Amino acid sequence: METTFLGRKRKRLEAAHADIGGHSAGGSHDEHHDHESLKTFGFWIFLITDCILFGTLFATYIVLRGNTNGGPTAEELFQMPGVIASTFILLTSSFTSGLAVLSMNRGNVKGLIGWLAVTALLGASFITLEITEFVHMVQAENATIGTSAFLSAFYTLVGTHGLHVSLGLVWMVALMIQLARHGITAVTKRKVNVISLYWHFLDVVWIFVFTIVYMMGVM
Amino acid sequence: MFEKIKEFASEFFVTGDPLIYGADVGIALTLISIVVVLTYFKRWGWLWREWLTSVDHKKIGIMYIIASLLMLFRGGVDALLMRTQLAMPDMQFLEPEHYNQIFTTHGVIMILFMAMPLMFGLFNIVIPLQIGARDVAYPFLNSLSFWLFFWGAMLFNMSFVIGGSPNAGWLAYPPLSELSHSPGVGQDFYIWGIQISGIGSLMTGINFIVTILKMRAPGMKLMKMPMFTWSTLSSCITIIFAFPILTVTLALLFLDRYLGAHFFTLDGGGNPMMYINLIWMWGHPEVYIVVLPAFGIFSEIVSTFSRKKLFGYKSMVFALMSISFFSFFTWAHHFFTMGSGANVNAFFAITTMIIAIPTGVKVFNWLFTMFRGRISYKSPMLWTMGFIPCFVVGGMTGVLLSVAPADFQFHNSYFLIAHFHQVLIGGVAFGYFAGLYYWWPKMFGFKLNEKLGKWAFWLWNIGFYVCFMPQYFLGLDGMTRRVSSYGWDMGWGPLNLVSTIGGFLMGIGFLFQVWQIAHSIKFMERDTTGDPWNGRTLEWSIPSPAPVYNFATLPQATEQDAWWEEKQRREQGQKPAAQPPLEPIHMPRNSGIPFIKSFCWFVAGFGFVFDWLWIAIPGLAGVAICMLIRSFTYNTDYYIPVDEIKRTEAALRGSV
Amino acid sequence: MAQQPNGSHGAGGHGHSSHKGHGSFKSYLIGFLLSIVLTIIPLVAILKDLVEGTAALVVLLVTAVLQFIVQLLFFMHLNEEDKPRYNLMTLIFGLVIVLTIVAGSIWIMTNNAVAH
Repeated sequence: METTFLGRKRKRLEAAHADIGGHSAGGSHDEHHDHESLKTFGFWIFLITDCILFGTLFATYIVLRGNTNGGPTAEELFQMPGVIASTFILLTSSFTSGLAVLSMNRGNVKGLIGWLAVTALLGASFITLEITEFVHMVQAENATIGTSAFLSAFYTLVGTHGLHVSLGLVWMVALMIQLARHGITAVTKRKVNVISLYWHFLDVVWIFVFTIVYMMGVM
Repeated sequence: MFEKIKEFASEFFVTGDPLIYGADVGIALTLISIVVVLTYFKRWGWLWREWLTSVDHKKIGIMYIIASLLMLFRGGVDALLMRTQLAMPDMQFLEPEHYNQIFTTHGVIMILFMAMPLMFGLFNIVIPLQIGARDVAYPFLNSLSFWLFFWGAMLFNMSFVIGGSPNAGWLAYPPLSELSHSPGVGQDFYIWGIQISGIGSLMTGINFIVTILKMRAPGMKLMKMPMFTWSTLSSCITIIFAFPILTVTLALLFLDRYLGAHFFTLDGGGNPMMYINLIWMWGHPEVYIVVLPAFGIFSEIVSTFSRKKLFGYKSMVFALMSISFFSFFTWAHHFFTMGSGANVNAFFAITTMIIAIPTGVKVFNWLFTMFRGRISYKSPMLWTMGFIPCFVVGGMTGVLLSVAPADFQFHNSYFLIAHFHQVLIGGVAFGYFAGLYYWWPKMFGFKLNEKLGKWAFWLWNIGFYVCFMPQYFLGLDGMTRRVSSYGWDMGWGPLNLVSTIGGFLMGIGFLFQVWQIAHSIKFMERDTTGDPWNGRTLEWSIPSPAPVYNFATLPQATEQDAWWEEKQRREQGQKPAAQPPLEPIHMPRNSGIPFIKSFCWFVAGFGFVFDWLWIAIPGLAGVAICMLIRSFTYNTDYYIPVDEIKRTEAALRGSV
Repeated sequence: MAQQPNGSHGAGGHGHSSHKGHGSFKSYLIGFLLSIVLTIIPLVAILKDLVEGTAALVVLLVTAVLQFIVQLLFFMHLNEEDKPRYNLMTLIFGLVIVLTIVAGSIWIMTNNAVAH
């Protein structure tokens, strides 16, 4: 997402400052763009580190998933209808966060905030479903984080993803307020780009949670 | 009521050891004197405005270095206490329990709270200057990284007087580190102290990667970058891929201890071996993280003090990058004895041997750079010359250890201890000392006294061999690490005594360095050139200490050793290229949020350590509030007007 | 702040008006439809017991990886990056490390006699 900023910006910058070696130290409009694209790149690297974080949790889950300690197994525990519903909800929210970016590029603040709100609502229903699932497991099946190594790994992996989504929700609300206040500026634009990257990333992680934890669990 | 308070206090504060009471008094006196001095000289506001809230990379670097030298002192005292206990058979100096705590804190402090921040300090001071940038990519985040490190280190060190220190070794292997075997709070201090500072390290890694990739001076292509910049890049790449693993591993251990999960426990289906597997996936890259920048420092120094271009620039870059890559594929050599079978061990033995090759390439590059150079033996060069043989021997014993069948004999013996101290002191500590001496004038505007520096160097260098060479033989004689005492009948007495003498020689070397700094602050004359070593890279082209904006006009850097080439041209009578007119400089505003937010993390960590949610939750809430405030702050930068730049430059450069 | 001017910038086809870099509604829609299809395939295949054993594993992993690629291309627009492609490089290196962590852990821990 940052890339086009970069490309466009460089061109203009080079055109404007070719005489002094293609460089501006002053407070031009370009520099602001430049600054924002720098932040987007940093956020991308952060997402990669988050990939490593989830990779480690996946590794732990895969190694420990057979150690059920006499407690419930994945097959006994997972209820697929809820999981399938939350998968499609999150998929759709990834799409709507993309639509928010499209609205932003057209300069449509209302559309932008609207699509962000839709995304946040979908995210909130995803979280609600997940909490319902966890509560059911703990109360009806007596499957807690302390029951077995398998369940420790399960709750930690899925819960960490849920925590990421929840943080994203808070962040999205904060961003909607800022958009209402400031409109679409270089700064808010970067923030929207970044949060939509984050949201797509969480969708990607969920695809693997869905595949490795749930589908392989009930297979 | 009174009895209850007394009982609480006796558990809350560490009691029973006269050494600790002495330390309590020392800490209290230091804190009181700091408060008194700051209040008497009315310096609180100055401290807050100029330092605690600063986002200037040069000041953050200096704070990193001060903190790391304090940690070096504490880690060093730990080391000397251990060596005293081991000097003679059947010594009664330290209780076994106390000994366990000391080797744990020594390891953690030296790696995570001494080597890492010293490295970050040098990154901060040097990198933006060396690549011709005005600051790092994210100055605010940079400040946050520092304060997270600082408060994480404070939390860890607090365990010394409150609650009790961790005692399960520097990597806290379960099941020993689990609640079942370590019910005290020491292990929780360990988890939270490292976790908080680890987040800071990760952010520093991201920050410097972006800085190096995106903010270089015009014309500085990747293959024209100074070698220290390359080594920083390779180290930071390793950081961003390794540190998340540490975060997860410690978080899982925390869940075991706090919520009764069963990741690494003996019961409930947990598997302690998984912890060892995970922690070394971080732990092995970690040692390369700290040593790679040292390689960069040596490259700069060798080239500067031999008056020659670095030999084999491309092979050096290739070596750095391949080490950074291969460091992720050797982790299992730390647990050959765990029993994963011949195939696994063979694979990791071979990768370990492979990684020695690029390291060897570098040694030859340094030697060839010196070959036929006009070498001047200033302090930085001395440490480099001390480093090369030391590191070569350390590397060789590392290759011995990499032979899996032989490792079954060496594993956890003093042979191993001697090996990794040889690469960590000979490589990392010598490297960072060399860097500190080299860039000291850039930081403070004066050199350090050479004569005292030579004393310090020889004491360290001789002390090192006296201390650690005997340990190889002790290891071969069967002495295992972490034993707190041994009998007369083992025959280990004489070598241990020699080793202890060497340890104290290094301790005296450290005292010489303290004396050297104090003496130089008082007596050394100011360096007005900004280039006291006849340097080669851009940081030497500006006054020392550098002005807040570093470069009044951004330099052009079209060749390797840009400043050296520029000086050559000037000597030949060429006029420097006409400077573009000054423009207002865009700077980040100072912010108190990093300090406050990190302090909130500290509070939250403290709450979790004692399982006091009434402290932990407000701490976390504070963190959240700080994040939101920052998110809603749009006024984060300002411009330095041209007039002010002109005045600053005139004052710094005289009439030039 | 300082920006490196070295390194060329792509084919340079995108002017200010085209907004190529942020994708179009069409590309988002295609991405969305593809990911729905790629979710339904494994669901039907596994829950209706159309495939079993190794074949099922292959179906699951292949569809997951394909969906990952769809998200990268259609939602995150990774293919539209200018040179030098640092985003792609960090991603590839990151994925290598993730695979190492997962495969390495599985390999070491299954070979670990003590674990059983």
